[in-house]
Amino acid sequence: MAWEVVVGIETHAQLATKSKMFSGASTAFGAAPNTQAAAVDIALPGVLPVANRAAIELAIRFGLAVKGAINRRSIFARKNYFYPDLPKGYQISQYESPIVRGGEIRFTLNDAERVVRLTRAHLEEDAGKSLHEDFHGMTGIDLNRAGTPLLEIVSEPELRGAKEAVAYARALHALVMWIGICDGNMQEGSFRCDANVSVKKTDEKGLGTRCEIKNLNSFRFMEQAIEFEAKRQVELLEDGGQVEQETRLYDPERGETRSMRTKEDAQDYRYFPDPDLLPLVVPEQLLSEILQGLPELPDVRRERFVREYALTVYDAGLLTASRAAADYFEALVKAAGVEPKLCANWQTGELSAVLNREEQDIATCPVSPQMLAGILRRISDGTISGKAAKQVFEVMWKLGGSADEIIERDGLRQVSDAGAIEKLVDEVLAANARLAADYRSGKEKAFNALVGQVMKASRGKANPVQAAEALRRKLG
Amino acid sequence: MSLSHDQIRRIARLARIAIAPGEADALAARLNRVLALVEELRAVDTAGIEPMAHALEVVQRLRPDEATEPDRHELYQSVAPAVQDGLYLVPKVIE
Repeated sequence: MAWEVVVGIETHAQLATKSKMFSGASTAFGAAPNTQAAAVDIALPGVLPVANRAAIELAIRFGLAVKGAINRRSIFARKNYFYPDLPKGYQISQYESPIVRGGEIRFTLNDAERVVRLTRAHLEEDAGKSLHEDFHGMTGIDLNRAGTPLLEIVSEPELRGAKEAVAYARALHALVMWIGICDGNMQEGSFRCDANVSVKKTDEKGLGTRCEIKNLNSFRFMEQAIEFEAKRQVELLEDGGQVEQETRLYDPERGETRSMRTKEDAQDYRYFPDPDLLPLVVPEQLLSEILQGLPELPDVRRERFVREYALTVYDAGLLTASRAAADYFEALVKAAGVEPKLCANWQTGELSAVLNREEQDIATCPVSPQMLAGILRRISDGTISGKAAKQVFEVMWKLGGSADEIIERDGLRQVSDAGAIEKLVDEVLAANARLAADYRSGKEKAFNALVGQVMKASRGKANPVQAAEALRRKLG
Repeated sequence: MSLSHDQIRRIARLARIAIAPGEADALAARLNRVLALVEELRAVDTAGIEPMAHALEVVQRLRPDEATEPDRHELYQSVAPAVQDGLYLVPKVIE
């Protein structure tokens, strides 16, 4: 009987607000330590938290985008634990009534559509940061991050294996950026995932004992960590052992997970409603406003691209990986007025390769959709060959300018003048009588060699379609 | 319902309150009196009544998302026991 790996993902997405969840301190990244920690954030006595309207609206925006139910009345709760970077001794979170219940994330894996249900998404505040090095045996505390608004998004444990878990996390990552609730910057900790991993025999109904893996700050590490952890659990069980419920840390240098704390010393958070904060009530009016402000969502746009532009699911998926990419594509199609398939090929091929090579984002691409459209129009009308188009693109990337300017300046126009091509063909046939004879005796390969000779004689500038037509006519 | 010594010790540990070995008895007796009061409240039939999260019948006011707080870390850190490079220093918390 085969083993099945079951994964649930908890994600902390930092909400894109200017100020904190409960104070007016800035959330800008990278400030000098403790310069963005207000009296509420450092828990001075006598202060009171006041909730940030934008954080709540962004949480609702997410809830509506994933088709979850918005709790019209939700409650902030205290999650109690002691740690020096948590000055109050509790984190303000939501427990019994989170702002979002349910919902689903749609994504594609190996061209198949997958839908994963969400358990909930709730608002909470981040803790500060502990720095353990270089303070003469002391720990340094920076509370700039304390109180930053987070949306904790919890999936149901229904992801099967590391690949599917990563595909889910990527789709969620793309979605929160798409709807503008989170900047998605994983290096800065704006999007952090923990994975709950368990294994079971395929025919078992219940779930196995799970371990929670923390510190997954890239998709690559997430995949490695889940694979390692699943293997560890299977080996343990096959050797007659038992999996202990515990929190484990992924160590990317060693490529393994190791125990952080077990259930025995597991925390008892003693949640209770925060008396400093009143129930949060979401008026109907606000819900409909936020719903109206939602952009077309990635899965809807992907399906529309397939339908409207006759693209494959794969291409449509690539082109809707981010809102900037999808916007680029539609601007390109509109400006070029050529086959959408040609636009898709160029955006997912040449453009994306150069963006990768130059480590640039499509949002800051030096070649605008209008500029690229100029190249595609000249491919489409036969002015330049595909090969010359790549040259034009490289020049455009480095120096700017329009396609037509570059084509003229660099003499990249292909020869489509029928008389000139005919002359070339005559010369080639005269010089390659043997190949011509081979073709006439039925060797199709000889034809391609002749086309190659014509191209060579024109130094690559002859229109290959016209050259082939002229050859056939003369040989026929 | 009454609390055992183990439960008393556990609650104290969670709250980071040190209790002397002899104190547990007295604490258990006092906490159990509180629980007895809770038992009385539990006798009330609350079927169909929505639990209250707050004693006031008002809802949360929200503030606009604006960064309004100035940097006051020097003032705040003037009362901290130990500070270095703008960080609060605390006894080492990792293994």
